[in-house]
Amino acid sequence: MIATAIFLLVLFVITLSVAAYSTYGERKVAAFLQDRIGPNRAGPFGILQPLADGTKMFMKEDFVPLHANKKLFLLGPAIAMVTALLTGVVIPWGGTLTVFGTTINLQGADPEIGILYVFAMVSIGVYGIMLGGWASNNKFALLGAVRAASQMVSYELGMGLSIVALVMLTGTLSLSGIVDYQIAHGWGIIQQPLGFLLFLVCAFAETNRAPFDMPECETELVGGYHTEFSSMRLGFYLFAEYTNMFISSAVISTLYFGGYHVPGLASLGLDPNVAAIIGVAAMFAKTFFFIFFFMWVRWSVPRFRFDQLMNLGWKKLIPLGILNILLTGGIHYLFNH
Amino acid sequence: MGAAMTPLTDRSRVVSNKKMTLMERIYLPEIVRGLSITIRHFLRKKPTIKYPEQKRPIAEIYRGQHILKRDEKGRERCTACGLCAVACPAEAITMVAAERKPGEEHLYREEKYARIYEIDMLRCIFCGDCEEACPKEAIFLTDRIVQADYLRMPFVFGKDELVEPMDPAKRVDVSKRQTPGVITFKQEKRYAHNR
Amino acid sequence: MLAFFYLFAAISVISALIVVSARSPINSVIALVVCFLSIAGHYILLNAQFLAMVHIIVYTGAIMVLFLFVIMLLNLNKATEPMKTLGTRVAAVLAGGLFFLTLMAAIRHGINITPANEFDPGVGLVRSVGLSLFKEFLLPFEVSSVLFLSAMVGVVMLAKKEKVVVPKDGVEPSKA
Repeated sequence: MIATAIFLLVLFVITLSVAAYSTYGERKVAAFLQDRIGPNRAGPFGILQPLADGTKMFMKEDFVPLHANKKLFLLGPAIAMVTALLTGVVIPWGGTLTVFGTTINLQGADPEIGILYVFAMVSIGVYGIMLGGWASNNKFALLGAVRAASQMVSYELGMGLSIVALVMLTGTLSLSGIVDYQIAHGWGIIQQPLGFLLFLVCAFAETNRAPFDMPECETELVGGYHTEFSSMRLGFYLFAEYTNMFISSAVISTLYFGGYHVPGLASLGLDPNVAAIIGVAAMFAKTFFFIFFFMWVRWSVPRFRFDQLMNLGWKKLIPLGILNILLTGGIHYLFNH
Repeated sequence: MGAAMTPLTDRSRVVSNKKMTLMERIYLPEIVRGLSITIRHFLRKKPTIKYPEQKRPIAEIYRGQHILKRDEKGRERCTACGLCAVACPAEAITMVAAERKPGEEHLYREEKYARIYEIDMLRCIFCGDCEEACPKEAIFLTDRIVQADYLRMPFVFGKDELVEPMDPAKRVDVSKRQTPGVITFKQEKRYAHNR
Repeated sequence: MLAFFYLFAAISVISALIVVSARSPINSVIALVVCFLSIAGHYILLNAQFLAMVHIIVYTGAIMVLFLFVIMLLNLNKATEPMKTLGTRVAAVLAGGLFFLTLMAAIRHGINITPANEFDPGVGLVRSVGLSLFKEFLLPFEVSSVLFLSAMVGVVMLAKKEKVVVPKDGVEPSKA
């Protein structure tokens, strides 16, 4: 019980610091992709930049527009942040550690519906954006909120369908169960290449990242749903975006890249604790790669138009998802009978 | 029209509304192509110069902030003849002349000197015509860069900023801009007034 | 656990009351979302994890988002109430009272409140829900999915633009 509490606390701190350093990483990656060097003034190589940014956010005036709905204006960023943080609980970050005779499971909770829990949290996360955007009493913010709502509801379908095929293979909704299946039968990317592709595209849309960052689309909507937000309320929105990116990178690694599994590690006969720590490191390495990938795509691919986004979601990804389910079912049937 | 016109660059493309090929419509191969281009830039050496620590190398004869030279005895060389102001294409130089009083011989070389000498650094185009016009070898451009400021007024440099310090250790070396070529040029016949 | 039950029960009842009494539609919707979340909490207390999550995804995450979407698009942010005449009010009270009476009668005679069999904590888990859906209730399940399919086809039909065929002589065909 205490071990779990400590683990959750550590997870909380890690999630927040990864989110904070993702902002730094984003700026560095953007700069490097554009032949610049990015922030390098705050501390060596600019590594204190997130602290400086956070301080700036806290020092700024907490402005509420005159005719804004004050309660919802406060609630929006809070929902966005809380749901983003809640998702990390069910992700298996590693195997088990044994410290002083106590076994610590490196997963906050392992409900048998783990992946559905992730979906549920993501779907509640929309409210943060919608309520915040609506409460601002600003046309641009409202448009951003409406876009966010329709985009996220649409892409949840594609995401769900891409997961169904994976769940058909693994026979479980539990995230640790899915990882165990991959350890035994090979990584999900090999068995579900199309499903992985669909999931990846939907993950971009669900986290509102470029090329699907329609809700905040600066060129059209000023700042989208967070146009009217300032100080740490804006900070929470930005933080929630980076937390979501971290979590979805972790989910992608868990579902399609074997989670904490390192091929060939079991045959080395290492101490279980050492193996577990290497597993955690592998998990974070995979996650960080996908965070980098998110940024890489953001600074390479131009933004979609909203009708293109909807076409892609409804007319391409969903049929492909259904096709993937049929293929998976067919192949599974042929091989197992 | 004679021969076909040669394009100025090899980058011009004729705009066309042709239908996209299948590979382009699938979109993913094109995205992969774009990603491979950006990742090549990611690994490339960055051309950035981190300014306050690193400085871009500048020419030895760089034309930067002006200086009003003193002679070897520490007297101001400028005699307020006004040739520099006349030569200045940007009309950045203004001066007020005054007569040297007895007892000021150690301060001013000539009998007339500039009581006020101002250069508006926002007007100056750093062409160097003033030093070419100067018959007394008094004004030179140096390789110092004029500092940025938030207001306009500080850019009008007076004598306090322009005149070389008395201290021999703090003298500004302008020999790079006063090469033998420049000196012989100034001693040509049509510049006889310069002697 | 009992404390949690009372907490969730209180939240669901209060938020449900807010849903019907709130003047602003947005507040109503938010109260309904809270109500759904607390009902999902009830499911979790019954160890029906699958139901709880599906409930959140479908009701909170999709249906209520669409409600909110419509309210935002129609800009119903003012607490306006349509004018009600005395007649409609009397009719509403009568209808509500009659409905309540029917409900009471039904509960008194129709529904046996004591549970027929022992509570099985595995009843709401994925396996048992799946087994009962695809064994016991296979036909109703498939029929309802056909219903959804027909709804989807209907929506596509409605959303499709009508093709107007203009004949070469320029006279529009009369609609039959």
